[in-house]
Amino acid sequence: MARSNRPVSRRQAWWLLTTALTTCLPLAPQLPPWLSLAAGAAFIWRAALTWRQWHLPPRWLLILLVMAGTVGVFLQYRTILGRTPGVALLVVFLALKLLELRAARDAVATALLCYFLVLGQFLFTQTIPTALLACLTVLITTATLLAASDDRPQPQQQLRRAALMLAQALPFMLLLFVLFPRVQGPLWGIPQDRFSAVSGLSDTMSPGSIAQLSQSDAIAFRVKFKDAVPPQSQLYWRGPVMPSFDGRSWRVAQTQGAYAEVPYPEIGSPVDYQVTLEPHGKFWLFALELPGTLPPESALTFDYQPIARQAVRTRTRYTQRAWPEAMAGANEAPGILRQALALPTDGNPRMRAISTAWRTQHAGNGEAILTAAQDFFSRQLLIYTLNPPLLGADMVDEFLFDSKRGFCEHFAAAFVFSLRAAGVPARVVAGYQGGEINPVDGYLVVRQYDAHAWAEAWIAGRGWIRIDPTAISAPSRINSNFATAAPAGAGLPFLARSDLAWLRELRHRLDAVTNGWNQWVLGYNPQRQRDLLSSLGLNEPDWRSMTAVLSVLCGGVMLGLTGWILRNRLRVDPALAAWRRFTARLARHGAAWRAWEGPLAFAERAARLTPTHAKSIHEIAALYARLRYEAAPQANDLAQLKAKVAAFKP
Amino acid sequence: MRLPELEAILADINRIILGKERPIRLALACLLARGHLLIEDLPGVGKTTLAHVLARVLGLDFQRIQFTSDMLPADILGISIFDRSTGGFHFHPGPVFTQVVLADEINRATPKAQSALLEAMEERQVTTEGETRTLPEPFFVIATQNPTHQIGTFPLPESQLDRFLLKIELGYPDPKAERELLAGEDRHRMVANLGSRITSQHLIELQEKARAVHASPALIDYVQALAAHTRTAPRWQAGLSPRACLALLAVARAWALLDGRDHVLPEDVQTVLPGVIAHRLRPTDDTARTDTEAVAAALIEAVALP
Repeated sequence: MARSNRPVSRRQAWWLLTTALTTCLPLAPQLPPWLSLAAGAAFIWRAALTWRQWHLPPRWLLILLVMAGTVGVFLQYRTILGRTPGVALLVVFLALKLLELRAARDAVATALLCYFLVLGQFLFTQTIPTALLACLTVLITTATLLAASDDRPQPQQQLRRAALMLAQALPFMLLLFVLFPRVQGPLWGIPQDRFSAVSGLSDTMSPGSIAQLSQSDAIAFRVKFKDAVPPQSQLYWRGPVMPSFDGRSWRVAQTQGAYAEVPYPEIGSPVDYQVTLEPHGKFWLFALELPGTLPPESALTFDYQPIARQAVRTRTRYTQRAWPEAMAGANEAPGILRQALALPTDGNPRMRAISTAWRTQHAGNGEAILTAAQDFFSRQLLIYTLNPPLLGADMVDEFLFDSKRGFCEHFAAAFVFSLRAAGVPARVVAGYQGGEINPVDGYLVVRQYDAHAWAEAWIAGRGWIRIDPTAISAPSRINSNFATAAPAGAGLPFLARSDLAWLRELRHRLDAVTNGWNQWVLGYNPQRQRDLLSSLGLNEPDWRSMTAVLSVLCGGVMLGLTGWILRNRLRVDPALAAWRRFTARLARHGAAWRAWEGPLAFAERAARLTPTHAKSIHEIAALYARLRYEAAPQANDLAQLKAKVAAFKP
Repeated sequence: MRLPELEAILADINRIILGKERPIRLALACLLARGHLLIEDLPGVGKTTLAHVLARVLGLDFQRIQFTSDMLPADILGISIFDRSTGGFHFHPGPVFTQVVLADEINRATPKAQSALLEAMEERQVTTEGETRTLPEPFFVIATQNPTHQIGTFPLPESQLDRFLLKIELGYPDPKAERELLAGEDRHRMVANLGSRITSQHLIELQEKARAVHASPALIDYVQALAAHTRTAPRWQAGLSPRACLALLAVARAWALLDGRDHVLPEDVQTVLPGVIAHRLRPTDDTARTDTEAVAAALIEAVALP
């Protein structure tokens, strides 16, 4: 019976079912519920078929089910191309293939389909747990493939053999990972829906929008400083600048150009650092104030925020330099200043009245008005809270005079309002403040709950000055970190709490591992590859020389392995070599030696087939049998055998 | 050079049991390899005669045990009986205390009785009532069994079958041999008149000689390759055990000695292979189970000589 036509045994069926299940389970969250249910039903059906040893469903039914599944996927996504529909379709095929296990080749096809679906998991997430799960699935699939050819060994044995095989493949995998020429970006185009639901700052700010972020401990970005980490109170990560105000929300400027390089002079000492930005779907690149250099493929908006040419949809790494003491906008364009003064015509009468008083009192002196505003804010005894009360139409007035409780956006918005009403150009800047140093790997981790908003005021002759009104009322928010400033009992994210030391330690370690994975495995891009190869002495490697090195190394490893295997084969007994020459010669005359045939038995048969050479055939066979099987063959037997074989010319 | 005494022995047996040269040769090889023999065949094809003749020509004592379903271990091993005159127990050795035992229809007895014999076979000694008695040397059991599908049989478990070095089948004689048998002398009288060719001391020497037959590394590789194949190929339910490999090698050595050689050839291994694997290797395919020769041929042809 041909190998590929052997029927699939029960044990093999269980193997395949296990593999399919481990492959499909991690995909279940990505699939529509009806498909998960249908696949589950197919698995249960398969289990029942195996358990009860029922007959396989008829072919026409399977064809109908395949068509129904395909149509279902099409109706769900309106296409069968693309990432999710493609994976869904593969799941349909896998589930139905299980109901069609007729012969060994079906088992092999199923296992290969499982390998492919393991790759499908990586299209959705690329985290360490995904990778570990994929390793496990690959192990089970490999064991299944082994079981498809021989199902007798126990499962543990199959798994051990599979693990051994995969371990043997590991050096090649590493070699290919490190040396295979990298292309920019992921190999597969990640579709647009990739980061649709990522939390982060938005381009508008209304009361409560940043407070919402304080509930999230998702990582916004990680920073590696080249030298010492600047003090916490200087860590203002500039994000979207929001000059336009409609009475309730603040938004970024609609249309604006961008500087190709930094327009302000460099003052003081720079801070160098590298940011690994988590994808957030916006164009913003966060930078320490004020950004000194621009990452490649980016520009600086007119309000000094670096933006990327393309939305940040993959984890992005860039090197930056900041000038903490630099001042921007000494000669600010009138249009921008006009925008920084615009206010709705009515609303917040109480604050407006106070601001108007400042204006007349200080005769339009910006610095004096600024000082007055800061004094006023500290005198108001405002309270920093995560749960500010809801505010009505006159938000600034209600916050400053009635509730007196607010989150950073309330502070920033009220402060900017008060300055604008007093005729000082001001705007809201959103971004992140602070961050937490991970003691394990030294990275500064900035999370969503570090989101912050502050104010910027323009003083003639100096430029834009940062004022953080939150710091006036709650200095600890700025000087230490978010968690200490937040009042006790506030609904803090679990990980932001500082009272569970061991948990923080664990979190730091986990985060360092994740960061290493991101930096070195997922973030192993052409740049990293070039750096690594340069440090290995391969200067200016291009893909050609990389391919050459790769082929040489792979070839070397293969050659070594082959040589090792062949060494035993090449060390052939000279008697055997002579015998092979002899049998090859006889084979050409119709008496082919069968590999299992003993020498004397072969001689018997060959002599019958070629009676003219019977004598020499018998002699050679007897000599060979003596040489190969006797305890102490005579010294000249080998020479005799060689001579006789050489002389044997049928 | 073939040993004249062995040739003479074979000639004697072949004169009485006609047309069965190969099974007889195998039976003698089994004895030379110090193993026990299992003959599976229908009644009346000469199993008992073969055992009897072997004992006669080799100059060995002979006992026959007819196995029945009501047999007890004591019926085989012997029993201690109180002797009133001496006031102590006196051991009456059972039929197993002899050099050649014919265990007829071994699968008619219950497993309890079967295992009493099989333990004696393996250990070459008998332990009853805390006292161990060695069996005479050489000790050789020829067991016969009816085909297991017959009524009233207790099939031997695989672990016990493994204690038989070889299993052979005699089968019906061919027409020429049968005609000769019918026309010839009475077999009982021929056996009775048969003299011994060698002494039991000489037989032990021959057994030593068989054990000294050289098996070259290439041949050992071959035996190992055969066993390895049975362990991995899906054709068999379970592979050959290391004990089976030792058995294969031992019989092949004895066969080489019968052939007058001091070394084993792959042909020897291939010749004795059916007898060695017949009761040890079970093909997964039920239909192939009956034809031992075909099963062995398939195994041989699947393994190349190293």
